[in-house]
Amino acid sequence: MPKIILDGKEIEFKPGQTIIEAARDAGIDIPHFCWHPKLSVSGNCRMCLVEVEQMPKLVISCATLASEGMVVHTSSPKAVEARNAVMEFLLINHPLDCPICDEAGECKLQEYAYAHGRGESRFEEMKVRKEKRIQLGPYIKFDAERCILCSRCIRFTDEIAKSHQLTFIKRGDKVTITTFPGESFDNPYTLNTTDICPVGALTNQDFRFKARVWEMSKTNSICIGCARGCNIEIWVRNNQILRLTPRYNEDVNSYWMCDNGRLNTFKFVNSDSRIDGPFVRRNGLLEKVSWEEALSEASNKLKKYKGNEIAFIGSAYATNEDNFMFIKLAKLLDVKKVMFARHIKEGDQDDILIREDKTPNSLGAELIGLMPINENLLNELFEEISTGKIKVLYIIEDDIFGKYENLKELAKKLELIIVHATNKNITTEFADILFPASTYAEKHGTFVNFQGRVQRIRPAVATVELDRALDGMSMSRWDKFGTPFDRWMQGKKYDAKPSWKILTSISTKLGLKIKYEMAEDVFEDIANTIDEFKGLDYDLISNNGIKIKNKAYEYIK
Amino acid sequence: MVAKKRKKNLNFFERIYIVEIIKGMILTLKNMFRPKFTMEYPEVKFEPPASYRGRPVLVLDENGVERCVACGLCSRVCPALAIEVQAAETEYEKERYPEKFEINMLRCIFCGFCEEVCPEEAIVMSKDYELVYTNREDAIYGKDKLLVPIEQLRDRIEFLRKFK
Repeated sequence: MPKIILDGKEIEFKPGQTIIEAARDAGIDIPHFCWHPKLSVSGNCRMCLVEVEQMPKLVISCATLASEGMVVHTSSPKAVEARNAVMEFLLINHPLDCPICDEAGECKLQEYAYAHGRGESRFEEMKVRKEKRIQLGPYIKFDAERCILCSRCIRFTDEIAKSHQLTFIKRGDKVTITTFPGESFDNPYTLNTTDICPVGALTNQDFRFKARVWEMSKTNSICIGCARGCNIEIWVRNNQILRLTPRYNEDVNSYWMCDNGRLNTFKFVNSDSRIDGPFVRRNGLLEKVSWEEALSEASNKLKKYKGNEIAFIGSAYATNEDNFMFIKLAKLLDVKKVMFARHIKEGDQDDILIREDKTPNSLGAELIGLMPINENLLNELFEEISTGKIKVLYIIEDDIFGKYENLKELAKKLELIIVHATNKNITTEFADILFPASTYAEKHGTFVNFQGRVQRIRPAVATVELDRALDGMSMSRWDKFGTPFDRWMQGKKYDAKPSWKILTSISTKLGLKIKYEMAEDVFEDIANTIDEFKGLDYDLISNNGIKIKNKAYEYIK
Repeated sequence: MVAKKRKKNLNFFERIYIVEIIKGMILTLKNMFRPKFTMEYPEVKFEPPASYRGRPVLVLDENGVERCVACGLCSRVCPALAIEVQAAETEYEKERYPEKFEINMLRCIFCGFCEEVCPEEAIVMSKDYELVYTNREDAIYGKDKLLVPIEQLRDRIEFLRKFK
């Protein structure tokens, strides 16, 4: 491979790469604002100026192709001086309202001002005033003063979201970004612009002023909004999820995620409708009981029925571990009907990220051995319930009664309904025994996305059974030094357990000899029994996931 | 037992003590006519100088609005993690204000870092040193106790402008 010499270090590059790309691949970061690896080169911020020998002037490394034998200096006096000058120009009209700005702490301008700025301003005139707090779209606030006109957001809407909604208007120091008159910035991917905005000009309305970035802990996880399974980071403070941001994974979501996933997949975790502790129906009312009581009640009652009198409905929202344990219990009870429901929103799909299948793990559920519910299966189920053949329904982590409304009528015919649920819903109203299940943000586990990629989720929010320090969860400074007497440590902890744990307890009570202590143990068992998962373990899956062997899974409707 | 070694052997006059006692009495007598420094607290209260670091308070500006924009820097810099801030949006030009601002006075070590880091001159150390509480809950001061009109803090603010 051809080579360039960067700051005296020889680095290789692929033909066609620019200097900044070659440097990035070699692990050297050249300061930049407008350049983004997934967007076209614009070259307007001038921050990435470098000195190249034999060239008469400094060049911008984002738009200069690397060529064999090129000698590049990023920290020669000339380059440093140029960079400092660029910083000074950028800061002339920047309001320096970092104390108010939400971006503070993860702001490129702030970081570079610290590294390359003069530390004081020589500018004595009035700064240009522009409009602040512009409602650009339903989820985005725009502060025109803070904008450094890098055009990343404009290029994003043109090239990635392909909605062509943003543009520059006016000239000189009055340039600002806007939509067409009367139009709202409302494509399904708008909030990605807040991530790529190098300053705090575009901010997330939902997260606005909720917390400073350094107060939160972040945990690598997977979005549960659809079958894509975008890689995300969960940001938590005081045991409460405050925002989700996309995490780079070239094979799944690149740098992006959709607004729906970002805004609507975490609020249920800290909502008032969470189920807190196990419940058992006594005299027609759900009554809170101890775990031991609920577990023995469930196992004692299940014992009384034959396998063909029971129907099991798993979930595409549950992890592979949960569904695997569900099947184990089904086998123990000799249950033949083990199904799961698909949640498909017809037509809500595009060729960027969004998938029609609105569950994170439908392929996983299928691979583990659950039957997807189709019309035949459903009618058969309804029939068998109405004729009294099926007397027991065991449902985990899915609102089955909400999806199939006929079941509400048939519920009277059923003798026992056991439900695992995270939040109150229509199904939980009919439950005889109700177990509180941990949400995706409170447990370890794996999902299989529509591409057949196994990906891991990790606990970000502590439940009663979890301890941040002892269970190796990520911790902010506040978590590390807080005591039980500090108010910021008193975030609500729900009394919930992952479904696989509940199912394991019931199975052991029914006489199955298994000893699972961690989700990893269950996954080890999955890897040993199911062909597609053979040879996999949590370490292999790691942060970026791994594709299941030998099968090019594409989503089958 | 080993006999203790004196640094200096006493001479005759020292050994008879009388001279030494008289010397001491003279010193006492001298001090009786010097000006008094003792204050009869709590009837008489100590008025500290502007450089004194009493409990930290929030500045309530002339227009009746707190200066604080809830940037959270005081909370970040606090070595004892005494400060907790929750921001929210306001209609005023400053855009954000502290919806909740709590200082746990049991944690506070009166170091004054919060005052030093504040970009808005919104939190300053007052002259208040009388802090009494009988339980943990009372020791957490909210905005109701922290907000102090700027008139009472002029002294300290002038001091800060001069020396900070």
